[in-house]
Amino acid sequence: MAARLKDYASVVGTDVLQELEVLAEKVEGWSVQHINSTAVGGGVAEMLQRLNPLMKDLGIDSTWDQIEGNTRFFRVTKAIHNALHGSAVEITPGMFDDYRDHLRSQLDRMTIRGDTVFIHDPQPAGLIALKERCGGAWIWRCHIDISTPDRQVWDFLQPYVNNYDAAIFSMPDFSQELNIPQFLVPPSIDPLGDKNRELDPGVITGILEKHGIDPNRPIITQISRFDHLKDPLGVIRAYQLVRKRTDCQLVLAGGEADDDPEGPALLKEVQEKAAADPDIHVLLLPPFSDLEINALVRGSSVVVQKSIKEGFGLTVAEALWKRKPVIGGAVGGIRRQILHGVTGFLVRSVEGTAYRIRQILNDDALARQLGENGRVHVQNNFLLTRHLKDYILLMLALRHPGQDMIPV
Amino acid sequence: MAGGRKQTDLKVGKERPAGFRFYTERRLVELTGLRAGNLKELYTILRTISGSSIFYHTHEVFLQHHFAAPSFRNDFAAWVTESLQEIHLGEELAGIDIREFMSIRSLRLRILAILRTHMQHHPNLRQAAPEDSFHFCKARSFFMPTHIEAKDLATFVEGMKAISKSSLFYHFFAARFRFGKRSNDFSSWLRKIGELEVGRAIDRLDPYFLDLEEVRQRTLAIAEEALERRAAG
Repeated sequence: MAARLKDYASVVGTDVLQELEVLAEKVEGWSVQHINSTAVGGGVAEMLQRLNPLMKDLGIDSTWDQIEGNTRFFRVTKAIHNALHGSAVEITPGMFDDYRDHLRSQLDRMTIRGDTVFIHDPQPAGLIALKERCGGAWIWRCHIDISTPDRQVWDFLQPYVNNYDAAIFSMPDFSQELNIPQFLVPPSIDPLGDKNRELDPGVITGILEKHGIDPNRPIITQISRFDHLKDPLGVIRAYQLVRKRTDCQLVLAGGEADDDPEGPALLKEVQEKAAADPDIHVLLLPPFSDLEINALVRGSSVVVQKSIKEGFGLTVAEALWKRKPVIGGAVGGIRRQILHGVTGFLVRSVEGTAYRIRQILNDDALARQLGENGRVHVQNNFLLTRHLKDYILLMLALRHPGQDMIPV
Repeated sequence: MAGGRKQTDLKVGKERPAGFRFYTERRLVELTGLRAGNLKELYTILRTISGSSIFYHTHEVFLQHHFAAPSFRNDFAAWVTESLQEIHLGEELAGIDIREFMSIRSLRLRILAILRTHMQHHPNLRQAAPEDSFHFCKARSFFMPTHIEAKDLATFVEGMKAISKSSLFYHFFAARFRFGKRSNDFSSWLRKIGELEVGRAIDRLDPYFLDLEEVRQRTLAIAEEALERRAAG
């Protein structure tokens, strides 16, 4: 059963909950609507599954809807996503037409109910056309790294964004010169969800053994969907370098998101590379494998998130919360979560990844210290309750445009 | 009555001075979309950026947890040192005694003067790596009264123990610039209720070199020592 707001007191403290309640009184009865493109798969859907009920617990009339999409539309939005990340992607004018046509078809289908409407990511951004008809405050919540966007794609998207009342980015680097206010709201993890809650050691061992992983030997783990931007092939190469000197196993576990047509091809390539080594475990996990993921991370000696581009990379916060040392690509939000040498290590190459894995596997005291620091860092910055607070403050800020000092 | 706001003027009549209502604030970070990759860009943006952005980059660090001693608790100083390797300039910027300034306007002018002088003597600009650009932020501050009020020194001590770090930040840093005062809210009020020594001693603390928890502990030590002395006669 989903945790209720009061359950969080044991993790975040009663003072944090009291503060949330005080702020929520200021927006009591306001309605909020979140719209994204998928109900399952990917970090955005996961976060909304948790945020939405807690907003309701705070007395906010919160709903969550998805636009409909087909393969053709998601192929376009995946290309847009990759191009905004700065990857070289060919986008034809016809693809922009497909985006416009599909969004147009959604305009009549969607019912707008919120005083405040949060539109998540580029897929539904075109729904802003409904603002004039439906009113309310509209916020474009960008979850991806657009620090170096493909100019053609950003030029296409920007006019939509400029029609919103505000935009939210996860990192200062992602902000753009826009005509509207922009806010910094990092995403968050749910400490009480199945993916992060405490587990009995027996449960952890049982899940490792179920997958043929030896709990008594070092385990390197990357949890992420099978996507080139997460560089699973680079993680295998790093593991192979470590393996020359240090006994270890590698776990690559993740799922596929509904809106990612490139996943299966990469997964096949990873499986082919892994086939020759029984200590590489490639686990394609179905949706709702949160408990499984939790156990895999808790059973790991070191967690890797070797992304080449990253919107935020919440898998890092999830591992830090479990007091795991984390090695991450020095990109996007990973740079905000991994304080180099304090909560983990930032790397830029396969060699660097292998070096840091060896360093951690050979130094228990270092591993412990990084893990403890990581826990504190997440507690202070990346828990769901902070995210809720930021959203409420944003709702209030939009009622006081241009004011830096707002009495509440 | 809010700390640092209108208080009964003791010089006018015999009215009892008002109690001190502790306030707290919550902050939402706003991104300006402006970024600097070298000193010239930093200087140009600093000339016109809002005062709340300058306050943010010279104060927000005090709300954060520190695992180890930070290099400089001033984003401008830290950035020129770490991203531009302008170490001498970093020291000059970090050396600005923010307590000397009663307005962001004058603090801005001081920062600009240091940058201008440096660029005159070092005309070759160093460029930060694109991922290390300086991103100008500011904060929207939502301030509110807490249920905690001090009537005298003893209840002030109780309040100090109960308030959050955000409340300490509000009364030590934010309110000072907001109302253009030399002192923090606590010292101003303590002087008004006749606790001149305690007010002065708290004012001598330098919150720019302490964690907020340390500020709390030292403030408490000063106030509790005064109460003990009084009790001992």
